[in-house]
Amino acid sequence: MSNKVTREDILRISGVDPRKCMKCGKCSGTCPAYEEMDYHPHEFVSMVLKGQIDRLMQSKSIYKCLSCFACLERCPRNVEPAKLIEAVRLAVIRQQGMNHMTENDVPALLDAEMPQQAIVSAMRKYKK
Amino acid sequence: MSMSENKAWKPKIVAFCCNWCSYAGADLAGSSRLSYPADVKIIRVPCSCRVNPLFILRAFQRGADGVILCGCHPGDCHYTSGNYYARRRMTLLFSMLDYLGIEKGRTRVEWVSAAEGAKFAATMNDFAKTIGELGENKKLGDLRCKE
Amino acid sequence: MQKIGVFVCWCGSNIAATVDVERVAEAVKSEPGVVYSTNYQYMCSENGQAMIRNAIKEYGLNGVVICSCSPRMHEATFRKTAMAAGLNPYMVEIANIREQCSWIHKDMQEGTEKAIILARAAIAKVLKNAPLTAGTSPVTKRALVVGGGIAGIQTALDVADAGYEVDIVEKSPTIGGRMAQLDKTFPTLDCAACILTPKMVDAAQNEKIDILSYSELESVSGFVGNFTVKIRKKARYVDETKCTGCGVCTEKCPSRKGLNEFNMGLNTRGAIYIPFAQAIPNVAVIDKTQCLHFRTGKCGLCEKNCSAGAIKFDQEDEILERQYGAIILATGFKPIDASAFDEYAYCQSKDVVTSLEFERIMNAAGPTKGKLVRPSDGKHPHEIVFIQCVGSRCSADAVKGKQYCSKICCMYTAKHAMLVREKYPDVNVHVFYIDARTPGKNFDEFYRRAVEQYDVDYIKGMVGKVEVEGDHLRVQGSDLIANEQVVIQADMVVLATAIEPDPTARSLGTMLTASMDTNDFFTEAHPKLRPVESPTAGVFLSGACQGPKDIPETVAQAGAAASKVIGLLSKDHLVTNPCVAHSDELLCNGCSQCENVCPYGAISYVEKEVRGPEVRAVKRIAVVNEAVCQGCGACTVTCPSGAMDLKGFSNNQIMAEVDAICR
Repeated sequence: MSNKVTREDILRISGVDPRKCMKCGKCSGTCPAYEEMDYHPHEFVSMVLKGQIDRLMQSKSIYKCLSCFACLERCPRNVEPAKLIEAVRLAVIRQQGMNHMTENDVPALLDAEMPQQAIVSAMRKYKK
Repeated sequence: MSMSENKAWKPKIVAFCCNWCSYAGADLAGSSRLSYPADVKIIRVPCSCRVNPLFILRAFQRGADGVILCGCHPGDCHYTSGNYYARRRMTLLFSMLDYLGIEKGRTRVEWVSAAEGAKFAATMNDFAKTIGELGENKKLGDLRCKE
Repeated sequence: MQKIGVFVCWCGSNIAATVDVERVAEAVKSEPGVVYSTNYQYMCSENGQAMIRNAIKEYGLNGVVICSCSPRMHEATFRKTAMAAGLNPYMVEIANIREQCSWIHKDMQEGTEKAIILARAAIAKVLKNAPLTAGTSPVTKRALVVGGGIAGIQTALDVADAGYEVDIVEKSPTIGGRMAQLDKTFPTLDCAACILTPKMVDAAQNEKIDILSYSELESVSGFVGNFTVKIRKKARYVDETKCTGCGVCTEKCPSRKGLNEFNMGLNTRGAIYIPFAQAIPNVAVIDKTQCLHFRTGKCGLCEKNCSAGAIKFDQEDEILERQYGAIILATGFKPIDASAFDEYAYCQSKDVVTSLEFERIMNAAGPTKGKLVRPSDGKHPHEIVFIQCVGSRCSADAVKGKQYCSKICCMYTAKHAMLVREKYPDVNVHVFYIDARTPGKNFDEFYRRAVEQYDVDYIKGMVGKVEVEGDHLRVQGSDLIANEQVVIQADMVVLATAIEPDPTARSLGTMLTASMDTNDFFTEAHPKLRPVESPTAGVFLSGACQGPKDIPETVAQAGAAASKVIGLLSKDHLVTNPCVAHSDELLCNGCSQCENVCPYGAISYVEKEVRGPEVRAVKRIAVVNEAVCQGCGACTVTCPSGAMDLKGFSNNQIMAEVDAICR
């Protein structure tokens, strides 16, 4: 089932209307994970609007977003970029039917400061 | 008209239009040459709140097949709040008419601004179509009043 | 005996092409009351009108129906024609057979039949018409200006210049308003005080202008030309007639805790104070909440030191009642409360200021004497970040902020940036902006000068958050052009906060039934063609109370409002619309329903002896003030006893039209 994910799919999953965006960039100004991302929150909004969903699905940004909702909280136009990122992430998961990594990938990513709880939940999550 | 068995019947539609928005909207439809059925006849009132439910009952008594009330958009009333009164009064009246057996489709309230000539024509076309489908109104026909 | 004449117009081929005008004229001849009918190419032409006049005289017509274009087009024309022939103008009805018939139908048969029905409806209506006479009401030749900012001052000066008396009611102790707080003005950089204070002095010295400072409107009654206004003159505990404004009391006052409103609370003032050096009236005022005398019963230093003996602790509020012909609203604006936008750390750091606060810091008469220092520690800043659109342009469903563009922020921020760079070239200035909006004469040139001549760093993007880090402010924002996130260690942050109507506007709007939009800006009677009038007759709008405006726009609108007021006051009498409601006193049962629905407060109740057939009683009955009634008819429908009717659109008239159409 490799149907192409369309703009409409993302809009439906997220419930976001990217046309409300006034391109002020406050979302990217506030994002704590900005430096980790290849496409930034404001780019998600305009790229979804343009229908460039494939590129977003291949971006690493969707796994770097912390879902902290700072962008959503501070957006003056109530566009909710975090929901778009979440929707793209969901679309990837739905299409693959699986996560972007397996439990075998987890140990390599661990460091000394990683909380125990995070390690356990990562193992649980990626084992499925 | 699909009423082949009753060719003589032509619907009678009364449209109450407020002077400031809808009547001007009707004028704009005219100056834009947007046609709607000749069955629609417009009565000018200062405001949609001037329309007494009595007028609508009277129209049905005298054989009108549909009555439509047009006013300014909510919030745009020339008299600040007249269309709100009209909206409430008509809601009550229409449910009573429904109870009397006058189908809901025969009455309507629409907001048409002075700039919405196209909307006016479209509304009237749509309303006339609905009335055409509903056919002749036989309820409330007060025989004493017919000449 | 009714004698109706029907005149069918061809309108060249506009009507005649789809309506058989001769057939229409012929068909209506058999209608009851019709004694004459004819058709002509152009009824509105001089020849056509002459035909109507002659027919009225020749046939003794007492009712006229014109089948022509929309009444919105030529009703007034034909009413005048009838009047010229001695017929009451309200005995004319128009059947709209152009816009609502010939222009929308293509079939001659169909068009002609509809035209005949429309003509019949108009004939049926005119048979029920009654002659109406427009009443008159006198005009009080005095205007009231609410608000003493630049808008109010300019309107008052212009009205006074035309020879009419004007009162300015200002709620704060001095006139001058927001403009008095400004340092320089864009795009010319001339000082606000230098251009405003002479106008304030002009207003004070003009014998036609009475300034009622520290006063507020208590109630308004009446209508256009005849307003009665109660004004509360708040006690300032200083005798205005004695105080010389020497300022000794303000220095002697031991209380130093009251926040200085004029300086946006950046410093404090005494309990007795004069808002600023050029205040008009230059009279001290006591802040009762801070004054030791009022709080403890002791002190009284001001009284002891006042050589003029002006201090009056026992002064009380005074209610003045005055008559006005026109009221001008010039209540202005205020910046929104920035504390809702705490991502910018406004509540956490004194060094995050609003633009109006910054204006006071830069002002030579301000708390720092115009020296640019950080409010927190008085140190000289090296990096300043300006953030635009704080609270402006937010979506309707966002939790905070205004939907509109506040219009003036782009320009004053460019001004601030430029002034800082001019005075302190060592200070780096960054401006985060979404769009630089500069529509106005010399505005874009001004903004470009800030960038090109003064090296102001304009960053297209928004600040996401401001954090306090030690004695710095960490400003994190996005640079959309570079597509990167930028972090600036700033010493000060200036927020270009949105502006909103002054909070007193809402209660004034209610008092005057002057309509407002969802943002509490007053709405104009027509957004294009009547921009300085409120929909409520006799109420005019001046300045930012109608929408965000810069100074030149405000002054222009103030002048426009003044000219409308002068036009009104120059009339001795106003002609009222005769199509108003009236109540049949025999039928009225005094239930008050009509009074409740009337949007204009035109209906009141009186006890009156009513005499009729078999009736003679004192009853409570509704009376319509014909000068206030606008003729909407809301009361006529709500009246349970059918006593209320609308002249010109009476129940009988409309019913007759219904009957004619459904016949």
